[in-house]
Amino acid sequence: MTTQEIKEIFLNGLWKQNTGLVQLLGLCPLLAISNSVVNALSLGLATTLVMTLSGSGVAAIREVIPNEARIPVYVLLIAVLVTIVQFLMNAYVHPLYLVLGIFIPLIVTNCIVLARAESFASKNGIRASALDGIAMGLGLTAVITLLGGIREIFGHGTLFSGIDLVFGEAAKPLVITVVPNYHGFLLAVLPPGAFIALGMLIACRNWLTLRAEQKTRKKSVTSNAIPVT
Amino acid sequence: MRRTLAKASFHTALNLLFFSLIGTALLALTYELTRETIARSEENEKLKLIQQIVPAAAYDNDIMKETTQLPPDELLGNDNPTSAYRGRLNNLPSIAVMQAAAPDGYGGRINLIIAIHHDGRIGGVRVISHNETPGLGDYIDISKNDWIKIFNDTSLENHKDHDWKVKKDGGAFDYMAGATVTPRAMVKAVHKALKYFALHRNELFAITDPSIPTGKKESK
Repeated sequence: MTTQEIKEIFLNGLWKQNTGLVQLLGLCPLLAISNSVVNALSLGLATTLVMTLSGSGVAAIREVIPNEARIPVYVLLIAVLVTIVQFLMNAYVHPLYLVLGIFIPLIVTNCIVLARAESFASKNGIRASALDGIAMGLGLTAVITLLGGIREIFGHGTLFSGIDLVFGEAAKPLVITVVPNYHGFLLAVLPPGAFIALGMLIACRNWLTLRAEQKTRKKSVTSNAIPVT
Repeated sequence: MRRTLAKASFHTALNLLFFSLIGTALLALTYELTRETIARSEENEKLKLIQQIVPAAAYDNDIMKETTQLPPDELLGNDNPTSAYRGRLNNLPSIAVMQAAAPDGYGGRINLIIAIHHDGRIGGVRVISHNETPGLGDYIDISKNDWIKIFNDTSLENHKDHDWKVKKDGGAFDYMAGATVTPRAMVKAVHKALKYFALHRNELFAITDPSIPTGKKESK
């Protein structure tokens, strides 16, 4: 693999084909769990882990599975991986497991995982597929973490609340109260708040892309400008 | 043609079987490896909850060791036998911790742990597990809200039967806008648990283990 290819994979995952902002796949966890930074980041990283493992797993077995059986085998593989992650989280980060609850097993139904298995890992090598899983997962994680931050500030007036669930009681001072004595804004905490915030993020991304395109167009227009007589 | 089709199907089926076996083996292995840690963290979680609802001054025995099994009972909402923990102070029964369930939460079953003083007052209630709507019904969880503390010190004496409802239904218990099914289920479950306690108090505190010295005789 060349560095160019690796760069391309990461550019795709983080920006060009970002799951949260462009492909808009896997919105269920995105909207449900992105009500705080810690929740969003944890679920994002768990999804990234599953995507990396499922990507390399699918790439490893793609030659041996018959075409007709591939989807069930992918689903089986993903379900097994998610359940393993669930066991591990239950054992080693139990408080966080209690918070994320039903959304951990629901990673199975996150269509982005199957989508990447089918559209990328089934056609590429193990290393490329693992990298694609990491890149796509991190792209998703970045978006839901940002979304979690926005919703947490508007909804609760804090940042990083619940961080003690991941790193133990010692991490409690890390919780930032952005707006003291905030009474909460229910809409931001509920799913509609997630839709609205996500819509704004998508708008921002589109605006940035459009602006970049316009800039390049202007440049090419001025360089090829035909003098008007 | 026919034969190749059959052959292909067979091949596919074999493939599926093979991967299912590998998957099952992986899961069994992880389950085996994590089982003990999971059980331990669940036990710790329970102990932490118990310490929250049982004041340290209310007992002087090893409350986690002094358990008894309660058979399933409609009033407790349990389908399986559950453990109850008994606290004693100066060898007199002082407080009991029982598990109960509210079967009719918005997202199904809500599992509770309830501490009741010997005189029938509630020491505290905590939710062990629930599937209530995040942001709406999940205020019953102490990590989200202090609502559940409204049960502290309630009893069948200071709250009559008709008080055991949420305010919307004419009872005495406050609830939060957005979710009424959840608190309704909670109030009902706590009420029933108190009734259970009133009916079974003596059996609950009865000393079954002869190695523990008995104080005042409490069995029937």
